[in-house]
Amino acid sequence: MYKHKDLLGLKGLAAEELIFLLDTARPMKEVISRPIKKVPTLRGRTVMNLFYENSTRTRGSFELAAKYLSADCVNISSSSSSVAKGESLYDTARTIQAQGADVIVLRHPMAGAPHMLAKAVKAAVINAGDGAHEHPTQALLDLFTVREQRGKIAGLTVTIIGDILHSRVARSNIWGFTTLGAEVRVCGPPTLMPVELTQTGARVFYRIEEALEGADVVMMLRIQAERQQQGLFPGLREYSRLYGLNRERLSLAKPDVLVMHPGPVNRGVELGHDTADGPESVIEEQVTNGVAVRMALLYLLTGGGAHNEADY
Amino acid sequence: MPVLREKNRIIDQDGIRRALTRIAHEIIERNKGTDNLVLIGIRRRGVPLARRLADNIKEIEGSQVPVGVLDITLYRDDLSTLGYQPIVRQTEVNFSIEGKKVVLVDDVLYTGRTTRAAMDAIMDLGRPQNIQLAALIDRGHRELPIRADYVGKNVPTARLELVEVRLVEFDGVDEVVIMEKT
Amino acid sequence: MKLIIKGGRLLDPASGRDETADVYVQDGSISSPFAPDENTEIIDATGKLVAPGFIDMHVHLREPGYEYKETIATGTAAAARGGFTGVACMPNTNPVTDNRFIIEFVRRRAAESGQANVYPIGAISRGSRGEELAELGDMRDAGAVAFSDDGRPVSDAGLMRRAMQYCRMLDAPVISHCEEKSLAAGGVMHEGYQSTILGLKGIPSSAEEVMVARDIILAAETGCSLHIAHLSTAGSVALVREAKKRGYPVTAEATPQHFTLTDRAVAQYNTAAKVNPPLRGDRDVQALREGLADGTIDVIATDHAPHTYDEKNVEFDLAPFGLVGLETAVGLVWTELVHTGILTPLQAVAKLAYNPACILGINRGTLTEGSAADITIIDPGITESVDPERFAGKGKNTPFAGRTLQGLPVITIRSGHYSYKI
Repeated sequence: MYKHKDLLGLKGLAAEELIFLLDTARPMKEVISRPIKKVPTLRGRTVMNLFYENSTRTRGSFELAAKYLSADCVNISSSSSSVAKGESLYDTARTIQAQGADVIVLRHPMAGAPHMLAKAVKAAVINAGDGAHEHPTQALLDLFTVREQRGKIAGLTVTIIGDILHSRVARSNIWGFTTLGAEVRVCGPPTLMPVELTQTGARVFYRIEEALEGADVVMMLRIQAERQQQGLFPGLREYSRLYGLNRERLSLAKPDVLVMHPGPVNRGVELGHDTADGPESVIEEQVTNGVAVRMALLYLLTGGGAHNEADY
Repeated sequence: MPVLREKNRIIDQDGIRRALTRIAHEIIERNKGTDNLVLIGIRRRGVPLARRLADNIKEIEGSQVPVGVLDITLYRDDLSTLGYQPIVRQTEVNFSIEGKKVVLVDDVLYTGRTTRAAMDAIMDLGRPQNIQLAALIDRGHRELPIRADYVGKNVPTARLELVEVRLVEFDGVDEVVIMEKT
Repeated sequence: MKLIIKGGRLLDPASGRDETADVYVQDGSISSPFAPDENTEIIDATGKLVAPGFIDMHVHLREPGYEYKETIATGTAAAARGGFTGVACMPNTNPVTDNRFIIEFVRRRAAESGQANVYPIGAISRGSRGEELAELGDMRDAGAVAFSDDGRPVSDAGLMRRAMQYCRMLDAPVISHCEEKSLAAGGVMHEGYQSTILGLKGIPSSAEEVMVARDIILAAETGCSLHIAHLSTAGSVALVREAKKRGYPVTAEATPQHFTLTDRAVAQYNTAAKVNPPLRGDRDVQALREGLADGTIDVIATDHAPHTYDEKNVEFDLAPFGLVGLETAVGLVWTELVHTGILTPLQAVAKLAYNPACILGINRGTLTEGSAADITIIDPGITESVDPERFAGKGKNTPFAGRTLQGLPVITIRSGHYSYKI
């Protein structure tokens, strides 16, 4: 069962809720494997993609998910919208509400923006990434991918490497994987590691070799060049030497390790051709699963999730 | 929640077995054998019924008819009025239905809306030569112009009654009972 | 008008009196006992606390320049309702209070429309830009009681040193908002577990402590009286404690929000709890309470910082820092500190009235005969649920809405006249 109005983050969701979301994504994946990738489920419903940050990948994924379910989907991006005219998020939200959106998908550079939106509107709000807070649908697709590949999540060791401080993907994955019983390790430069992270249940490493030892899943994060300009780490070349994933390092993980990346990959920095495109890589699977997971969410947030076949 | 009371048992284990044997014969006869024939069970109780029909057909004709599983949740027409949504399960049709004679199998035929949804779902999987409908129970009260090609038993019911098909695979017993809302 | 306040528990830190006694008021001053006549009003203060009028030495009245947030009239009305008879107002107005004309303007507006005494604080640097000294001497002559670049901490240690040298000569305290910008840069809340999981940029405790240490060293060297505004961390309390032990001319204040709330109040991105310095951790709250109890922290001030609903109804990163404190301060002091046994009522009154008066060199904060009759009467037993809609001030931005407080001002008297009566 998933009984919340919105999906703002994975923190606080129970294991049963996560499993239910993942279970609902399975039939959705079957739908998108068909020649006719469309079901009439959300006919007459409207999904608004409200993106205050560029994101081809996530926005496209939500758009496809909405369309495969026959919902109407409208994209609003910050450059073209009244946002550029200085309209507040609150007013934008109320406008979208008045236009009759059933679901609002929000991507915003500031943490907590979806919480504010969710309080202001009756529509369901899906957080498609807010600042350094959470990116719950990314973590759900990561969970789905690992579960599909390994058949389980409990007991696995998941290593997340990169700029943890600014990563909403890392935070959502920490909540998701620890809730479902995996051990999460995070690894990155100390200047890009948030304080007191161990309270989440994750283990913190600074040396990549130690973090990779015996890992079932390795998730590489994208490092932003602008963090170097902010003086948060010395440089990409050195970063790549200290924290890049190569085959030698990958051999420290379990033989059947999965290599994941939320994309887009900085080739030659966190991953090279030999690791991004190697047999361990499930990066493309992640993309496909992203659509399935988002279909499941759109379906559940426009209703709920209960059983009722007798009266039909 | 209204309390349901068991009113009477209308079919027992032998009755279900005989009905399915007869329907298997009728399917073979109507289709002149099993060429291009596939069975698709509608979740949940249509699925074991379809499997049993396939077993019967194999016993009679010696050939194995493919069996698929259809979940019609995403095709329901009442999602916006329910206020909640039923659990979606996977559709498992691991064969092409292009040009096939598809026999949809359901436990109870009632309003016809499930059948309508199932036909839409089938059409999205491919273009069959025809679609036929087998139901263990036809209880009447149709809301759409749909009729079954094969019926185990016609059972006149009142709207307030509920027909419950219990099958060994889910319920540990084979029987059909009429429940009454009290 | 003549007043006799009968039967209350008189609390006068200046004389150390804490006893049941009547207070006589005549011609705006505390007088010796007199016989009541037909013009005498008698207030029955049985069961109540009678204290010198409270002085909040850290308030943003927003006038001139931000009258949509608060005015001298509304801010002092909030003060009166909160039990304060005097407020010292910070210079981050628009234009900045960095010259004698604005000091004079504030005093004139206060005389015209104020419901509390207003003591203007002048800016340390021109425009509070942290570059050149403002005309401190001029402002002192015009009535500035202290100098501060509150809200825009003085990054340049050399400038701060010169300001202290000057202020020592003027016999005025420097009030320092201690925040090292290179450490706080861009932060919006306390750096800790909460900022980590909320994904908000943290302000580490060191951002405050580094500058507390710097300013203590400069005060020791220059001999200038240094008052450290709104202490928020355990480390800052320890530094001030050590400075006092060494005999340096250092005083400090804490706010009700910092001794009551932790960074958990920010959960769900509650912009009402966005303040600077940020709400810290449990250990810090505990240290502030210890510092208040042992006298390390001399003053309780509110950092009353009104903002409009729309200004706070935005993304957390975009919301301005600050909350309104004047109308919840006394209730929080009694609920959190007095009823819990951390402070005696007399100690609480010292930190709310006598100590701020001494630090600012104001001839108030006492009930000794001949003093101005600024009086706050508190009923320590009554309770109230905080309702921002009932605030007299314009700002409703408080994280305490709905919180039940016990111990509230019931009468505020300024120069012998009611400025608030419940």
